[in-house]
Formats: sequence, C-alpha cells, structure tokens
Amino acid sequence: MLLENESGALSRVAGLFSARGYNIESLTVAPTEDETLSRLTLVTSGSEDVIEQITKQLNKLVDVYKLTDLTGGPYIEREMLLIKVNAGGTMRDEVKRLVDIFRGRIIDVTDKTYVIELTGTGSKLEAFIDAVRGAGIIEVVRSGVSGIARGDKGMQI
Amino acid sequence: MELTGADIFVRCLKDEGVEYIFGYPGGAALHIYDALYRQEDVKHILVRHEQGAAHAADGYARSTGKPGVVLVTSGPGITNAVTGIATAYMDSIPMVIISGQVPTHLIGDDAFQEVDAVGITRPCVKHNFLVQDVADLAITIKKAFHIATTGRPGPVLVDLPKDVTAQKTEYAYPKTVSMRSYHPTAKGHPGQIKKAVDLMLAAKRPMFYTGGGIIIDNASQPLTELVRLLGYPCTNTLMGLGAFPANDPLFVGMLGMHGTYEANMAMHDSDVLVAIGARFDDRVTGDVSKFCPHAQIIHVDIDPAQIAKNVPVDVPIVGSAKAVMEEMLKLIRAAKQKPDPAALDAWWKQINTWRGQNCLEYDRDAKLIKPQYVIETLHRLTNGDAYVTSDVGQHQMWAAQYYPFNEPRRWINSGGLGTMGFGLPAAMGVKLAHPDATVCCVTGEASIQMCIQELSTCKQYNLPIKIVNLNNRYMGMVRQWQEFFYESRYSHSYMDALPDFVKLAEAYGHVGMKIEKPGDVEGALKEALQMKDRLVFMDFITDQTENVYPMIAAGKAHNEMHLKPCKAVVPTDRELA
Repeated sequence: MLLENESGALSRVAGLFSARGYNIESLTVAPTEDETLSRLTLVTSGSEDVIEQITKQLNKLVDVYKLTDLTGGPYIEREMLLIKVNAGGTMRDEVKRLVDIFRGRIIDVTDKTYVIELTGTGSKLEAFIDAVRGAGIIEVVRSGVSGIARGDKGMQI
Repeated sequence: MELTGADIFVRCLKDEGVEYIFGYPGGAALHIYDALYRQEDVKHILVRHEQGAAHAADGYARSTGKPGVVLVTSGPGITNAVTGIATAYMDSIPMVIISGQVPTHLIGDDAFQEVDAVGITRPCVKHNFLVQDVADLAITIKKAFHIATTGRPGPVLVDLPKDVTAQKTEYAYPKTVSMRSYHPTAKGHPGQIKKAVDLMLAAKRPMFYTGGGIIIDNASQPLTELVRLLGYPCTNTLMGLGAFPANDPLFVGMLGMHGTYEANMAMHDSDVLVAIGARFDDRVTGDVSKFCPHAQIIHVDIDPAQIAKNVPVDVPIVGSAKAVMEEMLKLIRAAKQKPDPAALDAWWKQINTWRGQNCLEYDRDAKLIKPQYVIETLHRLTNGDAYVTSDVGQHQMWAAQYYPFNEPRRWINSGGLGTMGFGLPAAMGVKLAHPDATVCCVTGEASIQMCIQELSTCKQYNLPIKIVNLNNRYMGMVRQWQEFFYESRYSHSYMDALPDFVKLAEAYGHVGMKIEKPGDVEGALKEALQMKDRLVFMDFITDQTENVYPMIAAGKAHNEMHLKPCKAVVPTDRELA
C-alpha cells in the first residue's frame, strides 16, 4: 500500500481492521523515497470474499493512495529477524553452524550469548527459530513482512 | 489583509455558500463564535444539546441535498455530537463538523475539555482532519466540503485548536481542490451496463429494488423513467422512500422486515433483480442464504465496497445511480428487444394476487386510537405533501407504511443507525430549509424524550413544527420483540412516570394537545395544521397492544412473513397502576 505520510493515516488502516473484525498478521510501514508517501505491507488472511472486501474498504480510505494484492502475481517477501540465544558451552559451535546453514550473521557476542541477524521469508525465520530453540532463546524481534512484486512494473505515483 | 483563523473559517463558510450552521459554543470555540458575531452572512442556530446540532444539520442536508454544517466545542461538545455524526455516516449524509480543540501546545496533556476528537470520530466519519497551522485552514475546509459531498457522501470532521483560530494569515479560498488519493468513480463501465440491460430486457419476473442512493444522487427522475419505460415492479427501501412515486401502480411498497407482502414475495420470486443505490442491509435481506434464490442480481452503487458485500452479485456496476440509469435508458430505447409482454403480464397477475392480501389492513372500528389511523389521517390532511421526520421504533415503521411519499427528500429518518432522538432536531433543520412547507415529526413518547430540550430551540427560532406523538406508554418496538421472542417478559420497556406533554409543550411556549378518542384525531390534526405559525405538540394516546405488521422475523426469508396480527397481550396502564 502507498499511504499519505500524514499523522493518523496508520491508525485509519489499523482501525478499519479492528472495526470490521479482520485480522492483521503483520504490518510494516516506513517512508518511501518520496517523503510524502509511506509504503505499508500488511499480511492478512481470509476467504476470497473477505480479501476482496478488505481491499475495497482500504481503497475507500482517503489516505490510501494505491493498493495491490501482491499474492495476485509473482512477488518477493522478506522479513528480518534479530534473535538473542544462549551460546555457552557445547551449544556455542552448534548455534554458529546453524547460523551458517541459514546464512544468518552473528552481530553481537558475549561469553554466554549471540545476537543473530537473519533475513528471509517468514517460514525460513520460523524454521531457524525452531532450530535454535534447543539452545535457549532469550529474545526474538521480528520486523514483519515487507513485500515487492517481481517484474519491471512498480507501485509509484 | 491578514485574517485570524476564526475569521478565515467563517469566510470559508460564506464562500462555500453555507446558509446555516448548527452549534453550541464553548471555551475552545470562542474565537470562532466571536468571528460569527461580527458578520451576518452565515446564520448560526443555537441548539440545546450538541446531538441536536448534528441531527438538525442532518435534517437540513437530507431535505436539501446540501451539506449540513455543525460547530461544537472541544471535549463534551464533540462527544455529544458523535451520535449525530454516526447517524449521518450510516445514511451517507453530507455533513461538515467543526470541533474546537484545546491549543496545540496543550494537546496530549489531558487539558481541560480535551478529548481526541479525531480518534473518537474516526470510525464514524468519511474522513477527518486536525488543523495545526492556520496556513492549512482554508484548504482543509475546502477538502472537507469536497470529500463530504462527492462520491458516496458522508460526514467529515475538522478539529480546530484554539490557537490556530487566533493565528493570522492571508486569506484565499481555493476554487477547486484535487487530492491524489481521492477519486470517486462516477460513470459506470459501459460493457457492464450493456450486460445489465440485456439481462433486464430478457427478464420474465423482473424487480427493481432501490435505496437511499437514488435520493442522495438526485436520481428519482431517471429511475421513474426507467421503471415506467419497462413497466417493471419497483420497491424502495426505508431509506429510498419517495425516490419512486408511491402513487404509481408500478410501486409495490417498501420491502424488508416490515415491508409489504407483495414487495417481499416479488423479491423472493424474481428472476432478475435490479438493485440501485441500496446496500442489502440485514433488515432488507433477512436470511441472506435464502435471499432472492431464483434471481440474477444487477447491483449499481457508487461505493465499490457495497457491491457483493452481503450477497453475491452477477452484474456489478460501480458508478453514480443517475449516470448509470441515464446510460441504461439510452440503451433500452435503442434496443430491438422489448420486455416479454406475456411473461410480464403473468408476473403482474401474480403480484396483484399478493397485493390482494391487503397486508396493511388494520382494525378501523377500534375503540382506542390506532396509530396507523393517525398516520393515514395525517397523510390525507397534508395531501401527502408534508416533510415527515421520524424517530425510531414502531411509529417510524407506521409512518413509512401509512404515509406514502411521491417525492424524494420528504421522508427524513435514521435508517442505518436507528437513532432515537433524531426526529425533532432533524425537523428543525428541515423547517429552516423549507420555511413555507408543512414539517411533521412523527415520534413516540420514548424517542421524543431523548432530544426534547430542542423544543426550546424551536421557540427561539420560531419553527412551527407539528409533532405527532404516538403515545402507547411503551418503547413499542422493544415491547413487540419482547412479546414475540421473550415470552412477553416486558423488561424495562414500559415508560412509567411520563410527563404531561401538553403542559411540557406549553412550558416551552408551544401549543399542546392531548387526543384520546379516535373520533377526535382528524379534528385535532386539522386544528394543528391550521396553526401555521405555532409549534403544536399532539399527544395521541394510542392502543398499547398494536404491533407492526407485516413482519419478517430477524434471520427469516422474504417468503416467511407474518401477516395476521395476533392480539397482543400487554399489561395496560390500568393494570399496572
């Protein structure tokens, strides 16, 4: 979604979902190269009818400039994970190996812990979280999904 | 020359052609009120409660098509107005609300009379704004009127902090405004319109089902032409009454929960349903899984989100009712195919059989005043030409059933939100807009007490409204549902300790009448209608046992109507005394 970068615009989107009983699974938003516009990626679920209704209701919001359902064509989704895990004793090497397998990066280290950065689809992040669970998770921070369509067409003014 | 924000605001109203604003002053709005004091172009109507201001602006808007304008202060001023704003929102009424706000440096500090007006109203406005700089004021007001009146209309709120109304800047009112993220569709898709017309012409059991969208879009004329050209039956929703003339034989009455037998049966049996400016509300459809089971559905609406929201649609058309119907008329006139006369004849025979049920018949020899008789008599004495506002409940349904409207914008009621207390303040807005017309408020003893303080406003501005109070000493519709669905346990629906409405009306400086016998109804109404320059409060003591029929119970289908009135068993005043 391209959204007018105005105060209250985000709460209109969030308010619509809660008022009409739709579910937000994840939501990311940040300004674009044009500072008057924000780009918002929202993940929701529902039957075809419900998704159609959500799309129409969002399009009605005066602050929504443009909206596309990325699942209607080929698209790329990425999410970033920051995770702090126990990395003492025997687990220290095991966790490092898992990070390598998932192509993540260790970005902070103490005697007992690692902070790991990992980017990918939601399911990849979930697989990694499951894999390191045995080491002992201290903290999980997920950015929420950002998405973009494949091909040469772009969502612009 | 530089003007203050307050003066700029008032100039904006003048340049927007605003005739009346309805409001109530308070601390955060004082600069604006001072600016109003120093000019004569925009007339301010002082209500007695902010809910009344919103309903009065709403009545003005519904009866004229022009946007209603409301001015309230911060905090309780705006929260009191919220019911009226939500009422307008549900019925797509153009309205601009300006609320005072605490100064910008105090926002967020829990200042005196501070409330997050933009947050509180967000779910019940089409859009809202907080103005933080006087330089943005004029363009924001322009945008507010633009959004409120275009596309599917609705209320727009502008929250105006007190310091912004004191800041100064050069004034220029923009002639036009364009917003990159707001482009309502007007014209329908030609291919879809063609498809719809082909379907309409091939229909064997066609039906027009039209709603408030026709009235909002001033599309009664093309609708009337279209229906008459085809000779098809037409039903209106509660919000659409008057859009098609009720005295036309092609009109089969209102549909839905308390619609006519013929309208609902024809809906159920139709094979092509043409829905225009109607939104398939649950009070219209009943059980959606049993809704129009044989019909292919054409749905014309300016709001894409209304199409296929509740009921799947075969031919969706996004566009203004007027523009689409004008295109349909052109295509039908040019088409070689004509409606099948034999099929149409058989269809009308069937509809007339249903009509023969006389579903709106009631006991005309009763010893007590029947509410239906009061409305019928009002209709006769006003030649069906009055503006009728109503509150919400049994009296609203009886007004809709027994006062047939031949013209749009005459029937003014809260259909979507169902707001008790709407009728009297709405009638004030109607009367101001149409000073020479007869304006009646059909109400009940429960609803009228929700905004009764506006009798004082009526006195101040000399608004000779005729109040028809159908007083059955019950919240009638609540009582009816308790009788049907709660084994007659009348929990808190008896209106005990009612005021003496005659004395109350007199205390406010008006004329009060109490009517207790059927034989006195006509005389009282005549007398009241002749008092052109006085507000008359007619308190009709009606039969407490009367129920609204016909009725489709919630969640039932159109062909599952209850027709025969069963005698209600209700404890009467005497038994309760």
